[in-house]
Amino acid sequence: MPHASHEARLRLTGISKRYAATLANDAIDLTIRAGEIHALLGENGAGKSTLVKIIYGVVRPDAGAIVWEGEDVDIVDPNTARALGIGMVFQHFSLFESLTVAENIALGLNAKETLAQLARRIAAISERYGLAVEPFRHVYHLSVGERQRVEIVRCLLQEPRLLIMDEPTSVLTPQETVGLFDVLRRLASEGCSILYISHKLEEIKALCEHATVLRAGRVVGACDPRVASTETLAEMMIGGQLPECRRGVQPVQGKPCLLVERLSLPADEPFGTNLRAISLQLHEGEILGIAGIAGNGQKELLAALSGERQAPRAATVRIAGHAAGLLGPAARRRLGLAFIPEERMGRGAIGEMSLVENVLLSCYQDGLVRAGMLRYGAAQRYAQLVCDRFRVVAAGVFALASSLSGGNMQKFIVGREMATHPRVLLAAHPTWGVDVGAALAIRQALMDLAQQGAGVLVVSEDLSELFEISDRIAVLFDGRLSEPHRTAETNVDEVGLLMGGRWESASRKASGVAYAA
Amino acid sequence: MREFTLVVAILVATLRAATPLMLAGIGELVTERSGVLNLGVEGMMLMGASVGFIGTVTSGSVVIGLLMAMLAGAATALVFGVLTLSLMANQVACGLALTIFGTGFSALIGAHYLGMPLPGLALSLWPNLSTASPLLHQAMLVDPLVLVAVATPFLVYRFLHRTRAGLILRAVGESHDVAHALGYSVLRIRYLAVLFGGGMSGLAGAYLSLAYTPMWAENMVAGRGWIALGLVVFSTWKPFWLALGACLFGFVTIAQFQAEGLGLQVSPALLAMLPYLATIVVLVLISRDTVRLKLNAPAALGKPFHVTA
Amino acid sequence: MRLRLEARAQPARIMLWLSPVLAAVLSVIGISVLFWVLGRDPLQALQILFISPLSSIDGLAELGLKATPLLLCAIGIAIGCRADVWNIGAEGQFTLGAICGAVVALRFGGNDAWWLIPAELLAGIAGGAAWAAIPALLKTRFNAHEILTTLMLTYVAIQLLSYLVHGPLQDPQGYGFPQSKQFEADAMLPMLIPDTRLHIGALFALASVPLGSLLLGRTLMGFRIRVVGLAPGAARYAGFSRNGIIWFCLLLSGGLAGLAGICEVAGPDGQLTPVISPGYGFAAIIVAFLGRLNPVGILFASLLLALLYLGGEGLQLSMQLPIAVTGTVQGMLLFFLLGADVLINYRVRLRPAHVGAAGHA
Repeated sequence: MPHASHEARLRLTGISKRYAATLANDAIDLTIRAGEIHALLGENGAGKSTLVKIIYGVVRPDAGAIVWEGEDVDIVDPNTARALGIGMVFQHFSLFESLTVAENIALGLNAKETLAQLARRIAAISERYGLAVEPFRHVYHLSVGERQRVEIVRCLLQEPRLLIMDEPTSVLTPQETVGLFDVLRRLASEGCSILYISHKLEEIKALCEHATVLRAGRVVGACDPRVASTETLAEMMIGGQLPECRRGVQPVQGKPCLLVERLSLPADEPFGTNLRAISLQLHEGEILGIAGIAGNGQKELLAALSGERQAPRAATVRIAGHAAGLLGPAARRRLGLAFIPEERMGRGAIGEMSLVENVLLSCYQDGLVRAGMLRYGAAQRYAQLVCDRFRVVAAGVFALASSLSGGNMQKFIVGREMATHPRVLLAAHPTWGVDVGAALAIRQALMDLAQQGAGVLVVSEDLSELFEISDRIAVLFDGRLSEPHRTAETNVDEVGLLMGGRWESASRKASGVAYAA
Repeated sequence: MREFTLVVAILVATLRAATPLMLAGIGELVTERSGVLNLGVEGMMLMGASVGFIGTVTSGSVVIGLLMAMLAGAATALVFGVLTLSLMANQVACGLALTIFGTGFSALIGAHYLGMPLPGLALSLWPNLSTASPLLHQAMLVDPLVLVAVATPFLVYRFLHRTRAGLILRAVGESHDVAHALGYSVLRIRYLAVLFGGGMSGLAGAYLSLAYTPMWAENMVAGRGWIALGLVVFSTWKPFWLALGACLFGFVTIAQFQAEGLGLQVSPALLAMLPYLATIVVLVLISRDTVRLKLNAPAALGKPFHVTA
Repeated sequence: MRLRLEARAQPARIMLWLSPVLAAVLSVIGISVLFWVLGRDPLQALQILFISPLSSIDGLAELGLKATPLLLCAIGIAIGCRADVWNIGAEGQFTLGAICGAVVALRFGGNDAWWLIPAELLAGIAGGAAWAAIPALLKTRFNAHEILTTLMLTYVAIQLLSYLVHGPLQDPQGYGFPQSKQFEADAMLPMLIPDTRLHIGALFALASVPLGSLLLGRTLMGFRIRVVGLAPGAARYAGFSRNGIIWFCLLLSGGLAGLAGICEVAGPDGQLTPVISPGYGFAAIIVAFLGRLNPVGILFASLLLALLYLGGEGLQLSMQLPIAVTGTVQGMLLFFLLGADVLINYRVRLRPAHVGAAGHA
């Protein structure tokens, strides 16, 4: 490629950072050349976020050196980083909801111009790179894809020479991802270096020229992802063979254990999503996957199913044949419902309490309370059972939940819910932020549970996971649920269109009608 | 003529009663917009009242007294700031501690000055005419601090919505993590906001002891600091609504005066309950609309900021 | 070189109990400085503050007398705080309890009825609970924050008391003083130790410690309270009714404060006056925090603050210091405690100011 130069734009040597008990970064070396699209690969907890926060000045390293375009630099804060020409698009966007796009961008720059002048510059960049944004809209009105565009435009206004993208496609439909890649390739061809953080191997193979692999805070390998195989990359990432999930023989699918009939619920939060006439049927022995970008009603739907919010009528939600719409979580659990919530800490478990007490949180109706008094002995045995069955690594059942790693905590919660032998299990993002080993165990557990005759509903943003474990897939968009398709009869493209709201196009695609792109 | 004088007198009295609420309230509004909940307004006002009084008596100059009062309020707020911003202690508990300490300490230092007379800050426009009737006297009182209080909502609104510094302050109150990631010094901005709040509360307290009822008495703030806190919520953190609220409360506070004017005989204790009951009513009215409250409240209010670096 | 706060991996449990001790030590230093600034001999002042009250049976009885209302109110406040329900209005509930109990005592006294004292106490509990029910209703129905509502009701309660002793309840033979009639002998609480003022209310206070511990640690209700306080999201997930917990906590702490109120009036004094409490309801907040929201800790903390009250009175008598010195010392203690608490979750480290460019690989 004509733009590639052989001097390094950014060189990191020996970067280390420790947080209390964990060594997040351990003597990391990294070199990025001008105009290069460089991948930073690693699974959750490998240290990628910490490293880029150091590059962007949000976090100070304990040791190591940074050389930028040939000179030693000390990046003390994001202002310094921006002044050097480093821009960053965060995974969890750094936007202020109640301010407008222009105000947000003004805050991200040290601009001395008026908002009107800024709006003109925004329009120019927006046009040049095909990133449509409206300067005077409030951010809370924008969709997730639009917000990401605002973040990118903000970075581009400063003419960066290095653009860091932190897991950008976790919030995009497959189609939007293609659009993003076009923008990034264009930037690289103009000489801007790109540091692309992800754990999605197919994307990295499609986009990046160079990859540095992190594992447990250390660099374990570097390669060219265009030629390396997915297996090689995966092995470097997890340090072993990529394990596989085993699906048992498909049982005959039984009667519906969860029935939702035209559930409509207004949002109870200022920026929430209204649920609109959602209907679904979950059968015994089946895994139903619900895909969709965050913010399209997942939270609201799960709350309505778990009982944390009541439905308008009792018959709207039926669990194992009983009308449960007006029941609370405790009553629904008595009917055989179990729920793995999307937030581990603060919802599924309480960090400041021990594992024994965390068992009580959802199982207090299972013989662990008598005459209003807690039975700690029984709870302790229960907790021990869960830990043994799911191989939860913890310093005993009286250890505080906050002392467990994310993966172990999630395994504990999954185990706790499954130990109640539920008829219906709701699982929200069950493997989010969890290391590969634990993720595998959890997926296997979900499939085993379905095998035993329970109905499992999985809500996730990870399409590959849903395609791996679900029997049927439906998509949640803007509070509406699409018609579920059998997983074997659909593909990522079609689901991607549904996720983006193009429901008519998707149905045309599915029925084989020629679709002009 | 008597009705007209009565109306004017009530208007002036309302403004004078509203002034401490307005001053303390606007200070707390700015503090809360930056994301910090300082419940110690009552304590800071008491500190301002006692230090302002002592300062005026010892130096002979009201201006010095007022300045010292503002410094006292800011100094007390600084203690709060260190505890909650640098040491990340619980904001609610620290605010309560501030109130308890401020109440006790102001009484301690002011003990010597109990019952001392002081010519008030309020100047009468026509001293001769005013001796004719007490109503006329009230109507003719002019307080420089009242004018300051009237000006503050305009100044603060302009600051918050038309300057870059104000934009940054609002951003910090909205999400301190994002503001930090963008490179703004969250702690520095919050410290400044807290100090401003303290200075204004001190000024409000000094107004009470130097102009409103020119004397020092223990606990003379009588819960106005708490009412000011309620007003900030009632105003949904908007300066002009705060001014409106302050005037409404000023009106309710002078109920005794109105009863006299109307010739009613009501127990003073029952009338004295009115401002507090009104605060409850107002709080209930505004809190019912949880969506509106969540939409307008600074999203980071009360949450401690942990610097990850 | 700069001092930095570094987050601990796990909260240091030892600091949980060490920090009140540290705060007490710092307060002693602070108090000494205060006295020195006020021109008094610090050592003598400390002796009057801490040692003198404990040097006689009478003194110890007075200690118990003052600790009783503090303990009762603080247990209720602490249980509420565990559920993130802040009852700042214990002073007002105390007042209402005193008023309601006094009305029963004045109305039915003098007949030597066996049920008089129990009725009085129940009236006190009911009065305090009813006064706390108002903020409970406002919070559960209208989402009005209880810090402001309980506090505003305190001011209202004080005005109500003033109105009553100046008016409807005023003693017609009282020479126009704002006070109620004196209670008859059968309405007064029996004394625990003869010739002292320590009454049976102290037994109620002591009983509340093991009962409070039992409630928090071993019952489902206590578990619900702790869950709601630690993680409201988890409470919703578990299906715990937030409203039910709010009502329970406010009614309980209101009832306890009301009991403290009637005990204080029917114990030592036997009559209603405009000022029946030197700020017990507010000092109880400090007791709750100092005792780490734990009933056993609160027992010790209430004794400490009772000591400060007695010491403050002693200072007033022998050193001509205003009684406000007590409030100052209490506030100072709370400040130091909140500051020392930071060491539970963070440790102090010395760090070099700049890292990064200096070190080459």
